[in-house]
Amino acid sequence: MIAIVDYGVGNLFSLASSVKSLGAEVLVTHEAKDLEAATHILLPGVGAFADAAAKLTATGLVPVLRAQTQQKPLLGICLGMQLLFDTSYEYGVHKGLGLVPGEVCPLADDLKDPSLKVPHIGWNALDITPGRESDPLFKYVKNGEYVYYVHSYYAKNCAANTLATSEYSIPVTGAVRQGLVYGTQFHPEKSGDTGLRLLRAFAEL
Amino acid sequence: MITKRIIPCLDVKNGRVVKGINFEGLKDMADPVEMARFYNAAGADELVFYDITASVEGRTLFTDILRRVAAEIFIPLTVGGGINTLEDFDRVLKCGADKVSVNSGAIKNPGLIPAAAQRYGDQCVVLSVDVKRVDGRFLVFAKGGRENTGIDALDWLEQGVKNGAGELVVNSIDTDGVKNGFDLELLDAVAKRCPVPIIASGGAGAPEHFIELFANHPGVDAGLAASIFHTKQVEIGALKRTLRDHGIEMRL
Repeated sequence: MIAIVDYGVGNLFSLASSVKSLGAEVLVTHEAKDLEAATHILLPGVGAFADAAAKLTATGLVPVLRAQTQQKPLLGICLGMQLLFDTSYEYGVHKGLGLVPGEVCPLADDLKDPSLKVPHIGWNALDITPGRESDPLFKYVKNGEYVYYVHSYYAKNCAANTLATSEYSIPVTGAVRQGLVYGTQFHPEKSGDTGLRLLRAFAEL
Repeated sequence: MITKRIIPCLDVKNGRVVKGINFEGLKDMADPVEMARFYNAAGADELVFYDITASVEGRTLFTDILRRVAAEIFIPLTVGGGINTLEDFDRVLKCGADKVSVNSGAIKNPGLIPAAAQRYGDQCVVLSVDVKRVDGRFLVFAKGGRENTGIDALDWLEQGVKNGAGELVVNSIDTDGVKNGFDLELLDAVAKRCPVPIIASGGAGAPEHFIELFANHPGVDAGLAASIFHTKQVEIGALKRTLRDHGIEMRL
């Protein structure tokens, strides 16, 4: 069973539907026992970092997530990926889960081409980090396939854990991994067939 | 690099897609779920659903359709029409919308965009506007283009972005339905003032119009159309291949 962590942030309908479409059993939950019983955990998230971090903390699930990631794969999506890092600089300085080393910073400050827009919204090609092509997350996804992004902040100083980036005048961190902890800045549940294949690979981990 | 986007728009009334329906190869040409499936397979980058229903029954039917589409189409879905309150945002987001498009609702209630952006994030709030030239100025029209609000469209959009709109749909009443190309003058003017993604709407009649739009107007991010796609006058897969052949980045 794949557990989707429901901590009151965003709409989980599409994510649950996309995982169901793979034939996997899905449970949207905020119960520790469900995360413990699950084979895989999905950590979604939209909105602002501080608000999401506070809501996740309020559920009391943080220690559970921390323990479970020693035993089973977790995939953070979009803001859910950003929460995995040490620190975010979105409207202030906020502590993340610290499961992946690195920090989350405003995209606008770092773009080399000032004509590019923020939020970074749309389909961008996945550039898999050389040497990471054989990561099991990319079992069914090829280098250069397009995935859907919607975000204004991005993860940096995380090169050792970066599985893929997408070019937006700078390489924007697209997917990360630290042990069993995975994250994608893009939305696999909104990335058409490519996204479904990536979710399938995650479900098979 | 990021691609330009091609977005079909489905106007839904009483559970059926209306406006320029002349599909071949579909069992039921006006069924929104079947059309969504068709466009998903054809390579649409995103879908816009516009609820033009007035009745309560129609609205219930619309949210039901939305839920069915969202359960099986895994590309971004934007929903508009009748969005006047945060409760309206909530209603369509719960049914699987990713982005919510406001138009008249933002004119009636200037607090709507800031409140929605704060609750759901800028990326969720799309400001859609119907614009028409009056005495050499671009003005905002409300009520489906019937009522001149007297509001300067460029000021309105700029303020909307400051208030938290993360994306703009710019529909030109002057070019809409004429099929003679997008309103490039208007779109350039908007792009100069608004640093968020811009979706061009109104006037697409042929692939050349999309080539001109994307090749020479870099401030525009996406092209939206309804009837030319519904009638298959322009086929999305072929259009995207043509655009790529012209050096425009496309997801194929």
